[in-house]
Amino acid sequence: MQLQIKYFGLIAEITNCDKETIEFSKTLISELLEELYDKYPSLKQKDFKVAQNHEIVSNNSKITNPEIALLPPFSGG
Amino acid sequence: MTKERKPKNVFKEGAISSEFIAESIAKHQSKTSIGAHNIFLGQVRADAIDGKTVSAIEYTAYEDMANPKFHEIRETTFSKFNLTCMHIYHSLGTVKSGEICLFVFVSSPRRKEVFKALEYVVEEIKAKVPVYGKEIFEDSTHQWKVNS
Repeated sequence: MQLQIKYFGLIAEITNCDKETIEFSKTLISELLEELYDKYPSLKQKDFKVAQNHEIVSNNSKITNPEIALLPPFSGG
Repeated sequence: MTKERKPKNVFKEGAISSEFIAESIAKHQSKTSIGAHNIFLGQVRADAIDGKTVSAIEYTAYEDMANPKFHEIRETTFSKFNLTCMHIYHSLGTVKSGEICLFVFVSSPRRKEVFKALEYVVEEIKAKVPVYGKEIFEDSTHQWKVNS
């Protein structure tokens, strides 16, 4: 399945882009993160959460939506 | 009877002007069941960090998630407190130090409700809405803001 990964804040500086499309054949968020850690090793040290369907999900969730977002701690207001 | 409220776009490009805030207040003069308003204004602070001063914050957001989150916060706040109306505006893009980046406005027949409701809304926004502030220093370097 083709996934669109969106990056925000500090995370977008590490990936050097705010979104990208990747081809992904596995099922879990944790498996996607493993691929992203291979591509961007310094992501591993960063604090972020993963959102799917515009909600924060745990790493052992299944991927059910083609849009996944990596969200560092919020700093609005 | 519950009124259906549609998600609004909370974001405004750049700083929120004092004229805009004044107009928002004036618009409520026709709603005469209101007896108390309460307003929160978030202002960009010129923090000094390692000898450098913050000159502006550049805001970005995951808007597709942020607008529904703002809507959820509105709905929950209306269900918890007896409010007549509520308005939330948050800046995107560059807001200079001293300018306003967040405007929350709650109104009720009674004062006790607006004191409680306003604090609730502001804390919920800080905790649940994916907005990011990049603190720009006078020498054009930056760091990512962290909410305390």
